[in-house]
Amino acid sequence: MIGPTPPDVDLIRARQRSRNRMMALLLGFFVILFFAITIVRVGGAH
Amino acid sequence: MPAYSAAHPMTDAATLQLPTDWRDFLSLTKPRVMSLVVFTGLCGLLAAPAPIHPVLGFTAILCIAMGAGGAAALNQWWEADLDAGMKRTAQRPIPAGRMERTDARDFGIALSVASVGIMGLAIGWLAAALLALSIVYYAVVYTIWLKPRTPQNIVIGGGAGAFPPLIGWVAATGDITAMPLLLFAIIFMWTPPHFWALALFVQTDYARVGIPMMPVVAGEASTRRQIFGYAVLLAPVALAPWWIGGTGAVYGIAAAVLSLAFIALALPVGLRRAIGGDAMRPEKRLFGFSILYLFALFAALVADRLAFAQGWQG
Repeated sequence: MIGPTPPDVDLIRARQRSRNRMMALLLGFFVILFFAITIVRVGGAH
Repeated sequence: MPAYSAAHPMTDAATLQLPTDWRDFLSLTKPRVMSLVVFTGLCGLLAAPAPIHPVLGFTAILCIAMGAGGAAALNQWWEADLDAGMKRTAQRPIPAGRMERTDARDFGIALSVASVGIMGLAIGWLAAALLALSIVYYAVVYTIWLKPRTPQNIVIGGGAGAFPPLIGWVAATGDITAMPLLLFAIIFMWTPPHFWALALFVQTDYARVGIPMMPVVAGEASTRRQIFGYAVLLAPVALAPWWIGGTGAVYGIAAAVLSLAFIALALPVGLRRAIGGDAMRPEKRLFGFSILYLFALFAALVADRLAFAQGWQG
């Protein structure tokens, strides 16, 4: 069985970085959203 | 233990698989279908006679989109083998080999659970229950149960796509009345002619993988008659919100004009018979217009509410 060649390793790293960046953006987005929801709900708005 | 070691890049890299690109997870949610879901959900929310805080309104629409995305991912997890056999779907992430099947399942479950949980906590549990019902309806009742068993799959399964405006309305008002049920009924009646128009020009794909779509089972002539029948039945349902006084003339006139155009385009589809090498132009035109019809009808619903709020109509 032939393993990944160096360019494949670079591709794997690039994919991982891309996924991690997207995950960080999503987590940040949901932190802000939950904070905003909490403020609105505590304020009694519907 | 790290998955990748710089000291032995080749050895460790050889045990690694190429991670799925995040764009493939996004495509698993069927973004184009989701745009219609988000739009009708948003229109239901905006047309409701109760104001909702913009943050909560945004959250409700986000939850509807996440729920639709989760259901779409579960649909592709279950139908991966069928998708591989159809030209239209063979390049989706699972049949194309870019994603593990179980990853799609887990992603679908995570999105679905998160959407219902957030909807319940932030908006209300009635809207969350309807969202959960819509996900189960699409992923289980339609995908797993009806689609492979009956040519009526689209008729009954159309209920899944009819939920968003109902959920949007309930998110704003907190209760179910005649108006959101009529919005549900409009999409329910719209789905068969919309989908069967598509099925008429991709029926060889469905026949190849054994899905009992109406043109495959009942034949083309019967499907064409039913398309026209549903187009005629859709008109009074689309006008019903105006008849019961739930909307004003802006919506009523738009619904009448759009429904007449829908019937006019469905008529040649109902009357004609395709011949060998047929370009199926009337069917493609009807399919295209059916999408425009739903966008325009729900946009008219919101415009009507705005006109009422501005005092332009009583």
